Amino acid sequence: MTTIFGVPTQALFGQLLLGLINGSFYAILSLGLAIIFGLLNIINFAHGALYMMGAFVAWMLLTYLGLGYWWALGLAPLVVGVFGILLERLLIARLYKLDHLYGLLLTFGLALIIQGLFRNQYGVSGLPYAIPAELSGGQRLPFMFLPNYRAWVVVASLTVCLATWLVIEKTKLGAYLRAATENPTLVQAFGVNVPLFLTLTYGFGVALAGFAGVLAAPIYSVNPNMGADIIIVVFAVVVIGGMGSILGSVITGFGLGLVEGLTKVFYPEASATVIFVIMVLVLLVKPAGLFGRTA
Amino acid sequence: MLRSVLLASALGALTMGGALAQTAVKIGVLGDRSGVYSDISGEGSVVAARLAVEDFAKIDPSVKVEVVSADHQNKPDIGAAIARQWYDRDGVDAIMDGVTSSVALAINQVTREKNKVLIDSGAGTADLTGPQCTPNTVHWVYDTVALANGTGSAMVKRGGDTWFFLTADYVFGQTLQRDTAAVVTKNGGKVVGSVKTPFPTADFSSFLLQAQGSGAKVIGLANAGGDTINAIKQAGEFGITGGGQALAGLLVFSSEVHALGTKVAQGLVLTEPFYWDLNDGTRAFSERFSKQMNGRKPTANHAGVYAGTIHYLKAVAALKNEAKDGAKAVAKMKEIPTDDPLFGKGTIRADGRKIHDMYLFEVKKPAESKDAWDLYKTLATIPGNEVFRPLGEGGCPLVKG
Amino acid sequence: MADTAALDPAPIAAARPESRDDRALHRRVFLGIALALALAPLVLYPVFLMKVLCFALFALAFNLLLGYGGLLSFGHAAYFGMASYVSAYAAKTWGLTPELAILAGTLVAGLLGLVFGALAIRRQGIYFSMITLALAQMAFFFSLQAPFTGGEDGIQAVPRGNLFGLVGLADDRVLYAVVALIFFGGMLLIYRIIHSPFGQVLKAIRDNEPRAISLGYRVNRYKLAVFVLSATLAGLAGATKAIVFQLASLTDVHWSMSGEVVLMTLVGGMGTVFGPIVGALVIVTMETYLAQFGAWVTVIQGAVFVLCVLLFREGILGLLARRLGRPL
Repeated sequence: MTTIFGVPTQALFGQLLLGLINGSFYAILSLGLAIIFGLLNIINFAHGALYMMGAFVAWMLLTYLGLGYWWALGLAPLVVGVFGILLERLLIARLYKLDHLYGLLLTFGLALIIQGLFRNQYGVSGLPYAIPAELSGGQRLPFMFLPNYRAWVVVASLTVCLATWLVIEKTKLGAYLRAATENPTLVQAFGVNVPLFLTLTYGFGVALAGFAGVLAAPIYSVNPNMGADIIIVVFAVVVIGGMGSILGSVITGFGLGLVEGLTKVFYPEASATVIFVIMVLVLLVKPAGLFGRTA
Repeated sequence: MLRSVLLASALGALTMGGALAQTAVKIGVLGDRSGVYSDISGEGSVVAARLAVEDFAKIDPSVKVEVVSADHQNKPDIGAAIARQWYDRDGVDAIMDGVTSSVALAINQVTREKNKVLIDSGAGTADLTGPQCTPNTVHWVYDTVALANGTGSAMVKRGGDTWFFLTADYVFGQTLQRDTAAVVTKNGGKVVGSVKTPFPTADFSSFLLQAQGSGAKVIGLANAGGDTINAIKQAGEFGITGGGQALAGLLVFSSEVHALGTKVAQGLVLTEPFYWDLNDGTRAFSERFSKQMNGRKPTANHAGVYAGTIHYLKAVAALKNEAKDGAKAVAKMKEIPTDDPLFGKGTIRADGRKIHDMYLFEVKKPAESKDAWDLYKTLATIPGNEVFRPLGEGGCPLVKG
Repeated sequence: MADTAALDPAPIAAARPESRDDRALHRRVFLGIALALALAPLVLYPVFLMKVLCFALFALAFNLLLGYGGLLSFGHAAYFGMASYVSAYAAKTWGLTPELAILAGTLVAGLLGLVFGALAIRRQGIYFSMITLALAQMAFFFSLQAPFTGGEDGIQAVPRGNLFGLVGLADDRVLYAVVALIFFGGMLLIYRIIHSPFGQVLKAIRDNEPRAISLGYRVNRYKLAVFVLSATLAGLAGATKAIVFQLASLTDVHWSMSGEVVLMTLVGGMGTVFGPIVGALVIVTMETYLAQFGAWVTVIQGAVFVLCVLLFREGILGLLARRLGRPL
């Protein structure tokens, strides 16, 4: 058996694949953050809480209404998206004229409220959510046992990321969106309803977080704290990628998942911090981020 | 205002107690009511303490007991501050629960300084009866050394003689691994590998693959809480338990197994000192507990709060107002043997360690489980004198020779 | 779109220059604070007061960076928490006297601030906040994994020791006096910094960075300097807290602590001289008396955040200052 630094190549393939799966979550979450930031200039601190909410909505649909995973995959992002739209209309929209940092503070407060409420209601041990029957089991690949569900996570997130990119880059709607990002006043002057755009964008961005939450529900524990730690990592991902480009945030998300996966093999102790270390390095070399435009 | 009235009444009781032949004590239940341990502590501990007070009043109505409670939010400084305030201003005589090691150690110091009583049931650290032991503290339910001992030795005896550890990368996880590995080797087993996992970790797949690749018969989970839950969940997904390897949880509570469900957790082996369905005594208590707790069953920590409170009140009844001297109360508690419906007969050692039997449980298969709380079958009973760390090895200054 | 992190400049301070009247007013406030510090332990529980003072100093230090440097750090727990670890370790393991232990903690926080600050000021605005948060998370993981911090258990049973090897601090009242002095000294120092020429330049950068650059100021040096000062003083607060509570734990390096100090400053009034003290008092009191409500504490904190941002951006003292027409 061939080895790389004492690790069999076959095992390495397995680990890379797992890294890619984790990268899917980073990619969807950072994509949502990037879209929201691009248009609203707000860093959505509540993103992690809404990701958690997506997982909980999936659980509630199953428990209270008997609707399974596939329903949840469609409905939960919708619910989270609508919730996001309400947040934007009622609260966030009041801050557009102020400094962006207020948006950060507001969404931080929202994250605390959402997490606290779920913790009150459902405790902290987490809730069970099973892998859907169609996707249970797995494939015995030459180098590893790959659960079907994990493969599905990669496929689903790649599809969603790609579709989002296509919409933004190739459609007329996307063109408005990009234009509104560049110069909202001018776009408004052309008769485009920019406030509506902002609302829908926020709704879509957080719906992505909700979608990621549903994907996560069967593999991670569905618990109120699940979004709190991942959001900080995703912030670092966003800093590394730079928020200039949609595709950039997706690529960075997947890429960092791979890097993290490798770290788990070669030096597991550092796998929690490796993304932050990369962030420091990128800041030293290219402060605007890998795909960022210098302001 | 209210506080001063309470204080005055406590002082009143102190001075006039002899004349009235009635002793008044105040018990503070200091637990986690909002954070990661709120399911094993929280409101359940308060309910358990109240039930104990209720039951004790039937045996000996001469002791008047008041129960107060607070949330330490898992922050040692908040825990220590509440303890100080309780002892200094609010006339609290004894603190129960004390979940979370860092908070427990902090309360432990304050309790000694103020010469009160701490009966800790929730914390895992064996330091409470080791280097940091005090004449004012009793450690009731379990500690990590005992869990390591129980699971480690019992698993090897049952044929699980090669181990791979998934170890949370901080002192707690490393200690747990070290203690368990020592027991495994002592019993003739072998540790074939381990991996340090960052804390907290959401995705264990990579580490589980490494464990799978090692070919070890037992995968020891030297972690706690959300980490353990995620690891168990994902082990099922990667077909690890189905593939002949056993998962051994080194710190798992029944509330967590309940949350996971038997479908996911089936086959997991773990050690606990208490399970609601052990015998008539535990079932009767659990029935009453669960009526006040939305159907939730008590965890070992809740049982510890109940039993600890009963035993403390026995000491108070024996000492009368001398029980206000915390060291004396604890000395009395060590002197009288313990006996309660939840842990049976036992003793408290010189270092403050409460000694009772522990049980090796296996999580039932879904087919064997009658309802959501029907979780464990008993594999082995591990006698108290074998499972806890021997008295001389803890480094407790109270133990002479 | 301006990417500089200019928050609404404190409404009054920017509107007109400091007058002699304001100085006199501030002097009276200082006197009032000194008096309150002297009398408070007669009424209130000293341990509670010491906690308030530690957090007030922490919030003042944070406000120096946010209110006067216009930089929102979301990782100030790193300096507060690391300092408390170092001071606890120094007092317990090396057996240093409390003043030396506190000094050691403070210095380490300053050094950490120098490194983190140099990295973070490479970006502005929201990026700056995210970078400080990520760096602080690294400090958290370090504290969790490093052997000397005791992991989840923290460093416990730290001796309060004897000040200068002479005065025993075991008595809460003696320790209170020391903490009150540290707090008062820290507060005066911050006041001096704000009103020095250095502070004036800072405010200029906060209000209009490009203009400050065009005037020939080396903006980044000023930013780094105020970052280091703020980190050092936050460290002083954290190091003192370790001696007061005789422990250092992960709580103080966790990101929620960074959020808490932002909240204190916001509630009290960012960019006001005395606001953070009021904010710390309010938040610590709230936490102490809401402790029985369990998980509602975080919900209430979040709600306070939201309300402050939406309706109450000036904070308590900002509002009061506007009423009075005087900077506070």
